[in-house]
Amino acid sequence: MAANGAPTTITQGSQTRGGIGESTLRPDGTLKVTGEFAYSSDMWHEDMLWGQILRSTVAHAEIVSLDTSEALATPGVYAVMTYDDLPTDVRTYGLEIRDTPVLAHGKVRHHGEPVAVVAADHPETARRAAAKIKVEYKELPVVTDEASATAPDAVLVHENRDDHHISHVPHPNIVHRQPIVRGDAGAAAARADVIVRGDYYFGMQDQAFLGPESGLAVPAEDGGVDLYIATQWLHSDLKQIAPVLGLPEDKVRMTLSGVGGAFGGREDLSMQIHACLLAMRTGKPVKIVYNRFESFFGHVHRHPARLSYEHGATRDGKLTHMKCRIVLDGGAYASASPAVVGNASSLAVGPYAVDDVDIEALALYSNNPPCGAMRGFGAVQACFAYEAQMDKVAKELGMDPVEFRRINAMEQGTLLPTGQPVDSPAPVAELLRRVKAMPMPPERQWESSEGADVRQLPGGLSNTTHGEGVVRGVGYAVGIKNVGFSEGFDDYSTAKVRLEAVGGVPVVTVHTAMAEVGQGGVTVHAQIARTELGVTQVTIQPADTQVGSAGSTSASRQTYVTGGAVKNACELVREKVLEIGRRRFGSHHPAWATAELLLEGGKVVTDGGEVLTDLVDVLEDEAVEVEEEWRHRPTEPFDLRTGQGNGHVQYSFAAHRAVVEVDTELGLVKVVELACAQDVGKALNPLSVVGQIQGGTTQGLGIAIMEEIVVDPKTAKVQNPSFTDYLLPTILDTPTIPVDVLELADDHAPYGLRGIGEAPTLSSTPAVLAAIRNATGLTLDRTPVRPEHLTGTA
Amino acid sequence: MDFLRPASWEEALAAKAEHPAAVPIAGGTDVMVEINFDHRRPEYLMDLGRIADLTEWEVGADSVRLGASVPYSRIMEHLRTELPGLALASHTVASPQIRNRGGVGGNLGTASPAGDAHPALLAAGAEVEAESVRGTRRIPIDAFYTGVKRNALEPDELIRAVHVRKADGPQQFSKVGTRNAMVIAVCAFGLALHPATRTVRTGIGSAAPTPIRATAAEEFLNAALEEGGFWDNGKTVTPSAAKQFADLCAAACNPIDDVRGTADYRRHAVGVMARRTLTWTWESYRGTRRATEGAA
Repeated sequence: MAANGAPTTITQGSQTRGGIGESTLRPDGTLKVTGEFAYSSDMWHEDMLWGQILRSTVAHAEIVSLDTSEALATPGVYAVMTYDDLPTDVRTYGLEIRDTPVLAHGKVRHHGEPVAVVAADHPETARRAAAKIKVEYKELPVVTDEASATAPDAVLVHENRDDHHISHVPHPNIVHRQPIVRGDAGAAAARADVIVRGDYYFGMQDQAFLGPESGLAVPAEDGGVDLYIATQWLHSDLKQIAPVLGLPEDKVRMTLSGVGGAFGGREDLSMQIHACLLAMRTGKPVKIVYNRFESFFGHVHRHPARLSYEHGATRDGKLTHMKCRIVLDGGAYASASPAVVGNASSLAVGPYAVDDVDIEALALYSNNPPCGAMRGFGAVQACFAYEAQMDKVAKELGMDPVEFRRINAMEQGTLLPTGQPVDSPAPVAELLRRVKAMPMPPERQWESSEGADVRQLPGGLSNTTHGEGVVRGVGYAVGIKNVGFSEGFDDYSTAKVRLEAVGGVPVVTVHTAMAEVGQGGVTVHAQIARTELGVTQVTIQPADTQVGSAGSTSASRQTYVTGGAVKNACELVREKVLEIGRRRFGSHHPAWATAELLLEGGKVVTDGGEVLTDLVDVLEDEAVEVEEEWRHRPTEPFDLRTGQGNGHVQYSFAAHRAVVEVDTELGLVKVVELACAQDVGKALNPLSVVGQIQGGTTQGLGIAIMEEIVVDPKTAKVQNPSFTDYLLPTILDTPTIPVDVLELADDHAPYGLRGIGEAPTLSSTPAVLAAIRNATGLTLDRTPVRPEHLTGTA
Repeated sequence: MDFLRPASWEEALAAKAEHPAAVPIAGGTDVMVEINFDHRRPEYLMDLGRIADLTEWEVGADSVRLGASVPYSRIMEHLRTELPGLALASHTVASPQIRNRGGVGGNLGTASPAGDAHPALLAAGAEVEAESVRGTRRIPIDAFYTGVKRNALEPDELIRAVHVRKADGPQQFSKVGTRNAMVIAVCAFGLALHPATRTVRTGIGSAAPTPIRATAAEEFLNAALEEGGFWDNGKTVTPSAAKQFADLCAAACNPIDDVRGTADYRRHAVGVMARRTLTWTWESYRGTRRATEGAA
């Protein structure tokens, strides 16, 4: 029996042609805004149980005793499981390093670590039973920063590491370290007329997706399990889940259910294994839904970072060298930390041409909450720091900050610090020029004949100023983000495309395992199929593990890679169809043999536009189907000592201009406008492109002025796990975001497109910070900047 | 948990007398959050939703009798003239959905120092109408807040209404949050001029264990205004007097460092809000005076 609320196929038929380059509407859009879309938390199954996870109340402790008897005795409780109940010897999981216990084993390493799971016939029963589990902790000292992680007597977060990074890290509390050295920064510094240093801090941001972690595990008669789940990468989950359950991968059948946002926070497993374990133990379907409080503990966050930079420049504004050290806090488990280090180090200089660089980036193990993937992935933290540095150097030189950036902007052919040439357009100076050329929002928009319109002022309806103390500031920033998985990862996707005639109409079915998390991939896949196969009616099948891996919905890669896979499969289908056509009709018209043939408007046509036949007549009763993997160009790992290597496949560039109004007395900020210019290579769906840019821009604004998970440095406990105290921008905090889209094709990519989702998150934050600095004259070396930082009351 | 649904006010009082531990629920914007988070598991929950007169208000000669459950959105819409400070505060409560449900009775019952209504009630002058089967009493707002999330209600009492003095002069309300909407107060300030009695009243939120008035600041300003004949001559309050007032308001705070803000910031921000709201209200008072004189 199918679960209620499980996804159904999405059919996108329309009268319009609906190919690439058109702003076709997303099939899930209306459902989402009218509240009808079925999210993973909406699923229901007859006879199902509810799972609940008991989490640690302390950050670092030995578990002295664990008593589940009272919980088990609670009426309505079907199962209570701890580490000892795990069915196989595989009891840990992880994206790259399997260091995360499914359930705590004698020790907890962070606040909120799963210790036990309960299944009961009602969520409240499960919750209360979990609270009856008695855990006795013996607290251990906490590792919370680089000093406590690497002190001579530092407590080791993981005692017996055997991962492949341990041999090259200077301390076992360092997950991974990547130096990158090119040229001679020391010698180049001698040529500098000015040298500018800065120390920066980037706070811990949460993905704060609105649909909390949730899923439904249904035990199957064959001893396997069907898992309906909101995730970013089904096959990566599968690889981690199956061994813990002791099942072959084909017995764990996963189907993507409605995803309410991801932003990196669903790359790691959350409740997947727990729900499957409970379902297999009880023989009943088990649903788990986190509430908001638990969600803050249920996924990794963006790495907080300490960044120290030194830049030198000559009097005429040319950068001489850059040295930097980036310390990312990875928290208790590795998650994506090694790859985040790779990005932070290789993109540490930003979109600038600097020949002499000395870079070091590393990620710590600590007892802070685990950190991993989030939109921008290491490049965000670096961009915040190098853009602050650009403004500082420009100021030191007495130059305009945009002009200074233009002088040093990278171009196609520029070498990255890794020695890799940027082999596609890099319009950094052009994006800055465009964003600067946009008209400025009018001054003092709050003034009206009826007095001050507080909605236009810092503080908004809280009525804190009627113009007093308000100063405008303007700031610029630009960033570079890699697209796709880097450092030699085999980054492929799989698409199954089928073309057949149904009721006299040609219909395409596209099946991939791509996680649609709101990015609009399903819309784009249909557009690609229409363009390639000339068919209006396209059905997108639900994503599941019955088809090969699509890779992750992250790293701005899905339109490139799974889009590329769909395009490739369509092309193969087209060849087969034309082959059939030649067989059947080749003798009817010489063009079958001599002309370039296309599929358009449901017909086979020559490149000259002559119609040869209807597609349905070629197909007859035959369905043409292709399932094929597709890869982008291979990349290489970075050398562990020098950081040299062709590690990246593509880049995405965006520039922002922020206009802010700051109440300088109260330290409150109103972002008036965040203009963005971005090169997208080719906009497959221009409306979605603008939506991504505006969303990424807003997420960058959040970390600039409000979003931060606060962790107590003494206890490593999270202080604000709720939307009362973890603040996201509301619509009243979100400025107008004019977007200028540039389309310079990357010839290596399908249709010349660039992955676009992350770049706007990079430059938005430093642009806002620069604007606040411009308004206040303050240095501001941390983000988010809070009222106390602007008023000297921190 | 037993769910009590009294059909009338009398039934509610009887139920509360029988079950003093019963937690009254009206809009539910505080209580439901506590229940959902399992911070509170009351034995009895008493729904006041069937008692219609709790959502009604009467405008009297000197004061407004505001039913405990009148939603903030109604206050914003209908009581702007009579209760301008409270109307401004109501604007800052959470989201439109919550303003449609929440009322002042809930703010008073929870008695959180961060409740948005408190500074406005303190500044305007108000009395809480508390009732039990033993009878009715009116608790002056200054005596209502007794500790962190504690108030002067007896276990068998319910809040029926709050009597707020009608504005006889300009009132203002300011609140600092770290975003521009839907935010809990880092600190808040209410100020009301009372030309009829030639006094100024204040209210401070989120900067002490309870909502408080800045009494020393009020006394200073009352004396300064009286001494300079300001109420009559309508002169601008001197910057030094405004600063002194602001400093005394800041000094009245007894804030803490927490995840929402530092104690130093709260003190500082209360001072800024005190100075600004004094300027706004006083300039408005001067404007009204001039207009009145012009008409005469």
